[in-house]
Amino acid sequence: MHPLVKMIGQRLGLGLLTLLLISLIIFFAVELLPGDIAQAILGQAATPETVAAWRADLGLDRPATVRYVEWLGNAVRGDFGTSLANGLVISDLIGERLKNTLFLASYAAAIAVPLAVILGLLAALFRNTIFDRTVNIATLSSISFPEFFVAYILILFLSVKTGLFPSISNIRPDMSLSELLYRTALPALTLTLVVTAHMMRMTRAAIINLLASPYIEMARLKGMSPMRVIVLHALPNALAPIINVIALNLAYLITGVVLIEVVFIYPGLGQLMVDSVAKRDVTVVQACCLIFAAFYIVINLLADVLSIASNPRLLHPK
Amino acid sequence: MLRTLRKAPLSAKIGMIVIACYVLIAVFAGVIAPFGETEVVAYEFEPWGGDYLLGTDNLGRDTFSRLIYAARNTLGIAALATLLAFCVGGTLGLIAATIGGWTDQLLSRLVDVLMAIPALIFALLLLTILGPNLVNMIIVIALIDSTRVFRLTRAVAMNVVVMDFVEAAQVRGEGLGWIIRREILPNITAPLVAELGLRFCFVFLTISALSFLGLGIQPPAADWGSMVRESASLITFGDITPLLPAAAIGILTVSINMVVDWMLHMSSGLQD
Repeated sequence: MHPLVKMIGQRLGLGLLTLLLISLIIFFAVELLPGDIAQAILGQAATPETVAAWRADLGLDRPATVRYVEWLGNAVRGDFGTSLANGLVISDLIGERLKNTLFLASYAAAIAVPLAVILGLLAALFRNTIFDRTVNIATLSSISFPEFFVAYILILFLSVKTGLFPSISNIRPDMSLSELLYRTALPALTLTLVVTAHMMRMTRAAIINLLASPYIEMARLKGMSPMRVIVLHALPNALAPIINVIALNLAYLITGVVLIEVVFIYPGLGQLMVDSVAKRDVTVVQACCLIFAAFYIVINLLADVLSIASNPRLLHPK
Repeated sequence: MLRTLRKAPLSAKIGMIVIACYVLIAVFAGVIAPFGETEVVAYEFEPWGGDYLLGTDNLGRDTFSRLIYAARNTLGIAALATLLAFCVGGTLGLIAATIGGWTDQLLSRLVDVLMAIPALIFALLLLTILGPNLVNMIIVIALIDSTRVFRLTRAVAMNVVVMDFVEAAQVRGEGLGWIIRREILPNITAPLVAELGLRFCFVFLTISALSFLGLGIQPPAADWGSMVRESASLITFGDITPLLPAAAIGILTVSINMVVDWMLHMSSGLQD
């Protein structure tokens, strides 16, 4: 078998195992409560009859292992049961919102990834110049501040002062793509600012690390321009660390999106999750958590596979 | 000690001064603040200036005083959660590294799985189950961050455990506690202290994020995250009051990072 196929198979198996373990944690974390969720949510004041009725309603009177298998089996088919707070079908609640969240995350990624790689390349090319330092300071400060700070700064300058973009991203499915892109510009820009810094710094570091190698010196002695040396000779060898840090930040986008959605009142999965936490709507939170965790694992998996595939040395370990 | 401090780069010095200011403000909040933490002193949303330096908030409380009290609440809670995370994660990490074998395998795999869930998402799940309040938030954040502390402690302790002097102590018949405290811990303090600073930043940002979402420090206690949330609507009128607490959070994280950078540089043996 081709080593790449074997490797992908192994990683896929490992990813599935991790996801299974995570589903166990997500499900059984609820069982750790003294008493059970019915007692915890209804509170001390509830009569034993109410609690018992609610318990029977949710099927809590059956053993946890049986409920887990049932829950996981249904979840795999996209059925997450019903909400505790309002009895709505969770997959209906999630469907549209998941699409919105993915749209926002990919919008941000589509800006952030090319921007970070290009800035990183330029910073490596013009290292230790004013340009390099400015980019460094700007990116460093954008990671140190909380996401909502960046978001409100952008609202202040791009929405309130200049009126360029709307400060609230209320979108509907029937809007055209350009309308959607316009309305979600500020949240996407915020996310971009939050994740670009790290990616850019790692790109710069990965390339500068290679610049002392003999083959780079050879290329330079041949009379190649610095730009060509970096793009054609250094970049391909720096791909593995760059891919890894990109994946790490895309995974980070998934959690960052929660806060940003709340700031911009964007109808996404993160907003649903936060609302449900306050209502202690356990089933909805479990579903959101499982979905977020699954994306997290898939992105990490992809990074693993791509970075090994881009480096022949890792592909044939001794 | 003083000589090393004097040799610190400018950024680290600025960082230390800023951190010292924050700590002073937090400790002497009651003396510095002109009004009480939850005292309603005027009408809602008074403008800046006059008796109320930074105006009043949505309930007519003095924003400046609340900013100062928030330093105490937010920093105190972040410090508590960080220490808790270090006690749990650090101890388990040291034990895993020293004993090795099955204990190590079991703990490490458990931590691997826990770390595969994004931190904020996991915190939200646990808060739903336990109910969002202050004590639960501290426990949840400490638990989640202790996995990260465990990873680091175990990794750095592993490098020391294989040294000859540790084996000598084991042969001498010293117990587990003695070996950890007297042989391993003194050799890994530098990376651990740097991690303490970074971990504090993460915990601090998580607490602010949760409070901003309304799931952390509960009103009427003042805290920077929830202050941003409460005054957020002002931003649409071009008023920058909501940015102040957010900036307070950011400036502290930047300062800590600057000091940690310097400490990491020192501990990597590059000081000359």
